[in-house]
Amino acid sequence: MSRCVKRLGKWVSLGQSKRGFSTSTIQKDGVENGVKSLNLYSAINQALHIALDTDPRSYVFGEDVGFGGVFRCTTGLADRFGKNRVFNTPLCEQGIVGFGIGLAAMGNRAIAEIQFADYIFPAFDQIVNEAAKFRYRSGNQFNCGGLTIRTPYGAVGHGGHYHSQSPEAFFCHVPGIKVVIPRSPKEAKGLLLSCIRDPNPIVFFEPKWLYRLAVEEVPEDDYMLPLSEAEVIRQGSDITLVGWGAQLAIMEQACIDAEKEGISCELIDLKTLIPWDKETVEASVKKTGRLLISHEAPVTGGFGAEISASILERCFSRLEAPVARVCGLDTPFPLVFEPFYMPTKNKILDAIKSTVNY
Amino acid sequence: MALSRLASSHFGSNFLKPASLLLSSQRRRSISSSNETLTIETSIPFTSHNCDAPSRSVETSSSELMSFFNDMVLMRRMEIAADSLYKAKLIRGFCHLYDGQEAVAVGMEAAINSKDCVITAYRDHCTFLSRGGTLFEIFSELMGRSGGCSKGKGGSMHFYRKVGGFYGGHGIVGAQVPLGVGLAFGQKYCKDPNVTFSLYGDGAANQGQLFEALNIAALWDLPAILVCENNHYGMGTAEWRSAKSPAYYKRGDYAPGLKVDGMDVLAVKQACKFAKEHALKNGPIILEMDTYRYHGHSMSDPGSTYRTRDEISGVRQERDPIERVRKLVLAHDISTEKELKDIEKEARKQVDEAITKAKESQMPDPSDLFTNVYVKGLGVEAYGADRKELKATLP
Repeated sequence: MSRCVKRLGKWVSLGQSKRGFSTSTIQKDGVENGVKSLNLYSAINQALHIALDTDPRSYVFGEDVGFGGVFRCTTGLADRFGKNRVFNTPLCEQGIVGFGIGLAAMGNRAIAEIQFADYIFPAFDQIVNEAAKFRYRSGNQFNCGGLTIRTPYGAVGHGGHYHSQSPEAFFCHVPGIKVVIPRSPKEAKGLLLSCIRDPNPIVFFEPKWLYRLAVEEVPEDDYMLPLSEAEVIRQGSDITLVGWGAQLAIMEQACIDAEKEGISCELIDLKTLIPWDKETVEASVKKTGRLLISHEAPVTGGFGAEISASILERCFSRLEAPVARVCGLDTPFPLVFEPFYMPTKNKILDAIKSTVNY
Repeated sequence: MALSRLASSHFGSNFLKPASLLLSSQRRRSISSSNETLTIETSIPFTSHNCDAPSRSVETSSSELMSFFNDMVLMRRMEIAADSLYKAKLIRGFCHLYDGQEAVAVGMEAAINSKDCVITAYRDHCTFLSRGGTLFEIFSELMGRSGGCSKGKGGSMHFYRKVGGFYGGHGIVGAQVPLGVGLAFGQKYCKDPNVTFSLYGDGAANQGQLFEALNIAALWDLPAILVCENNHYGMGTAEWRSAKSPAYYKRGDYAPGLKVDGMDVLAVKQACKFAKEHALKNGPIILEMDTYRYHGHSMSDPGSTYRTRDEISGVRQERDPIERVRKLVLAHDISTEKELKDIEKEARKQVDEAITKAKESQMPDPSDLFTNVYVKGLGVEAYGADRKELKATLP
């Protein structure tokens, strides 16, 4: 990797950068020594180009992907690699995933797209009962490790009930699949390439709010970031914050505000939700003595509950306050009430303060 | 239907206009003949599968034709206004427009009554209107106001109207069809002389749950009518790219089907009348409505990347459902060009008034975020932006 790569996790603050709303696939500025300034969907697009280029037995398919997809992530793939490797499917999520399992079982890399994570539920049976257990129940004769399911998740500000949900916790309850969520363009490219090449079926959730909003220097070469390794993206000593995907941007803002009030926050990007990196979180909590988890999905039964329970087991005697969870509310994802529902910066900041002052 | 009443009263009001206005339409039939039966041929014959097609000759009346014209013009105007409101960011969320397909909603309503059930997907504004909803409820719901048909909590994709037998309003492609079969079972069990129309698009026609639902409906002879509104594009994918057999009326195999010109409101009416009689006697039937949407799939789709502008303007010129009725009305001397223009102006006025009124409707109360999740809130914990002060556990 180029030494000119800037520090990871540079955020373009939401709503301020005009560049963040650019629609071009490749950003023009910032070209230096094999590093380009890219937004998140362009980084994903680049990863898919590399994946198809480096493995002739890899395929991209899903609803409307032949035309570039509704979020432009698959732009140019069909032109470059042909309609036999990049193709549209009918509107049938169960069929898409089931087909992907079969394709992967023949030793191929099947990269399936579900247009919105909210639409993944018709495919839930295929993912849970077929994909996750194929290797186990066949005594390792068969597997669908080449399967990667890409799907955009999360709020966009006005998506309403069926274009905003964060269903990651459902899949974290299924041994046999991995769940990965990137936080930024550079992370997205490296993690997606790792997922595509990982010998296990993976659900890769893409933060759709950041598709155009997050812009970062992304190396142009073929690189992979390790799965099941969390990253401390901000060092601190008073409290550990754990999150993933788009929520990290909000959490980082809360960390910055807390710092102004003299609270030193450590922020961890989990990246892979299962199997997750307990050691990194454990080490951090043993240092800070406090833990806050934040995600957009409803608080009850969210993955924050699992992290909370695991850390409580490992760090009980070191904890100085109850684990705080700042998450979505236990309601269906609302339309007009989205601002109330969301785990906003101020909610996180309040929770940081009340945890530190417990 | 409220809408038809509105239409006929509006039609009636034309006769109260000053004589000077009437001079231009002296050739028109007298008032007493407005309910006289007219017989009009459908644009093309029906194509049938496993059943005998109904007659091409459709019985109607001049007042019915005028109400068709009025209803469709109102729907067209409403959808165009929704487009502007969306672009002005007054409508948030996802929004799917029905313009071009109006004849399906209007023709279907003319053949059924309010005890028959209708369930559809997310392109639901006009179906809601045809089932007796009001413009005010529609625009309030679109803009997330408490005056909306779902109290502002649903938005564009989730319109419902229990009194009109309109079961919504569903967001997931194809998911409403099994529900519709359940409604039909309820009707059969109670020996109601009514049926359920489950509407879905050509994209949804490839969903597995459709076939599961159809099998159940056929197995138990349920009065379920599956209506495939074939607008030829499932989002951005043409029907022939996603379906091995785009002859959706034949996809039921053992269940009979009928292909209908969905741009011809009279053909739709005839087909729905036929389907209702058939379903009550023999069980499920598929109606494929050959129709067209002028707008893109949703507001984020310009609708011109996967089809040509020539194709869209060609359909507008040759098959537009409103123009077809306009020609019929003029050919039968039922009304004059000027009066039809006046109806269009009146529709614009009604839509504008409804928008103004809807804008005055309050946003829902914040506490409504927690209502209707369960019958009771069951201890949902809530907190506002200031976590400490607004924290509360709801009943």
